[in-house]
Amino acid sequence: MSNPANISTSRRDVLRAGGAVAAVSGMASRAAAQPTEISLPVTSQVHLQVNGKPQTLELDLRTTLLDALREHLHLTGTKKGCDHGQCGACTVLVEGRRINSCLSLAVMHEGEAITTIEGLGTPDNLHPMQAAFIKHDGYQCGYCTPGQICSAVAVLDEIKAGLPSHVTTDLTATPELSAVEMRERMSGNICRCGAYSNIIEAMSEVGGLTA
Amino acid sequence: MKSFTYVRAKSPADAASMAASTSGARFIAGGTNLLDLMKLEIETPPHLIDVNGLGLDKIEDTPSGGLRIGALVRNTDLAADDRVRRDYGVLSRALLAGASGQLRNKATTAGNLLQRTRCPYFYDTAQACNKRQPGSGCSAVRGFSRQHAIIGASTACIATHPSDMAVAMRVLDAAVETVLPNGKSRQIKMKDFHRLPGATPHIETSLQSGEFITAVTLPKPLGGTHVYHKVRDRASYAFALVSVAAVIQADGRGRVAFGGVAHKPWRVEAAERELPNGAAAVAARVFADAVPTPENEFKRILAERTLAGVLSETRGRS
Ligand SMILES: Cc1cc2nc3c(=O)[nH]c(=O)nc-3n(C[C@H](O)[C@H](O)[C@H](O)COP(=O)(O)OP(=O)(O)OC[C@H]3O[C@@H](n4cnc5c(N)ncnc54)[C@H](O)[C@@H]3O)c2cc1C
Ligand code: SF4
Repeated sequence: MSNPANISTSRRDVLRAGGAVAAVSGMASRAAAQPTEISLPVTSQVHLQVNGKPQTLELDLRTTLLDALREHLHLTGTKKGCDHGQCGACTVLVEGRRINSCLSLAVMHEGEAITTIEGLGTPDNLHPMQAAFIKHDGYQCGYCTPGQICSAVAVLDEIKAGLPSHVTTDLTATPELSAVEMRERMSGNICRCGAYSNIIEAMSEVGGLTA
Repeated sequence: MKSFTYVRAKSPADAASMAASTSGARFIAGGTNLLDLMKLEIETPPHLIDVNGLGLDKIEDTPSGGLRIGALVRNTDLAADDRVRRDYGVLSRALLAGASGQLRNKATTAGNLLQRTRCPYFYDTAQACNKRQPGSGCSAVRGFSRQHAIIGASTACIATHPSDMAVAMRVLDAAVETVLPNGKSRQIKMKDFHRLPGATPHIETSLQSGEFITAVTLPKPLGGTHVYHKVRDRASYAFALVSVAAVIQADGRGRVAFGGVAHKPWRVEAAERELPNGAAAVAARVFADAVPTPENEFKRILAERTLAGVLSETRGRS
């Protein structure tokens, strides 16, 4: 859960916020009627732990986690596909769980640990899933690949943790690692090139599934 | 996206009172629906109240033998809870049939109930839409209406409610617990929670201004066989065309609610008496007043056939 650190705002932000909406932490007053025309962006300081490194950013509150990673930290491995949660290209791990970074505000991740494709492995020291995607040709153009790999790593963890899925036959049993389970769980990652069957092969290898 | 200010609520009562005193303010939970709509400027809240840090992420047993699900419990965690899997399987099934693994990790119980319609004209700001802009008209009535409601709609709006979870909550007779801006709390039955569009399709629930959801409660388990069948254009990661949530007992009696057919989860208790007589008998009662468009009249037949599938599956299992 996020650590409720104070949100710093500038004097001008308060003016913009006007009488109605100045109830930001550390600023008790909601009273004074101020002009509301000054439309400067409202900013906030955000602390993130990205791929093991602490980062402090000064961000417009509208900044999504995806834009914070790409535009502010220049970690461009995470991709912007649809920007509406429909394609999965922006998938990252937050506190070990996969999410669509495009549908989340950076400020809502104060103090949290984020893992991106750059944090899973490096070109000289690949994560087993990265290596398996290469070996099994789990991509063509490669645009969806970072999201696919982050999701794939999380999917194997989810199955191991016993989380059920839409295709789990017996809800009360522990789900098994199978191609059908992996395919269903990967449905939030769209691949325009259609590398799906090779992605499942890569995942099967890493998960230790023998055909 | 329009600029906004942001604050983290300190308590449910604090959230409700801040929301009531700030015109246009919105709570933000998982953000997976609200931020989507803010990017398109369909929602333009000047102020966001983050309700994630309030400890409302627990599932507790109730004294009456049911469950109290915190408003901020993630869809993934609710679907995976052992008690829910064992005693309220229809709820796990409905959740797991919705969205994607990534989205369910963020989506919350309250946010899921309050997600807005997927009507394409609601999403297109160049089109008239009474829900988005009251009084502007409804583009769907004479437009592409394949996805739209076949029952309970009005000339002002024929949108459906897109939630899978809500259909299961309705069949389970869940109740929504809230806190009002004056600090008082109340319970709203699922039956009364979502509204029909009528002349005011922009008013979607019986929540008052600023009212904050703290939990959803489930009565004690019903037993029986729990099924959620969702029919959609692809096998995963798509909204329902039609869905059926059912709890069927060994003697053939039970409960059933339909998704994808109306502005709210659609359940007609009086029709449930027909369950032992088969799907056609139930559907004839449930959809007696249906007014489909030429493009979505298939939903009436699809709903009946989906229920027939559910009933034959439960007969096999009980
Ligand atoms: C690509 C995609 C596919 C999807 N597919 C499906 C699907 O197949 N089936 C399905 O059911 N859903 C689907 N969804 C929708 C998803 O389930 C919802 O976006 C999600 O449940 C919303 O929850 P949230 O916590 O993110 O809500 P938010 O976006 O944070 O909030 C939604 C609304 O609820 C209000 N709110 C939140 N919490 C409270 C509270 N405690 N009290 C009062 N008001 C509150 C907010 O102010 C806001 O108006 C899909 C979404 C996407 C993006
Ligand atoms: S059906 Fe409802 S949501 Fe869709 S265009 Fe008409 S008024 Fe808007």
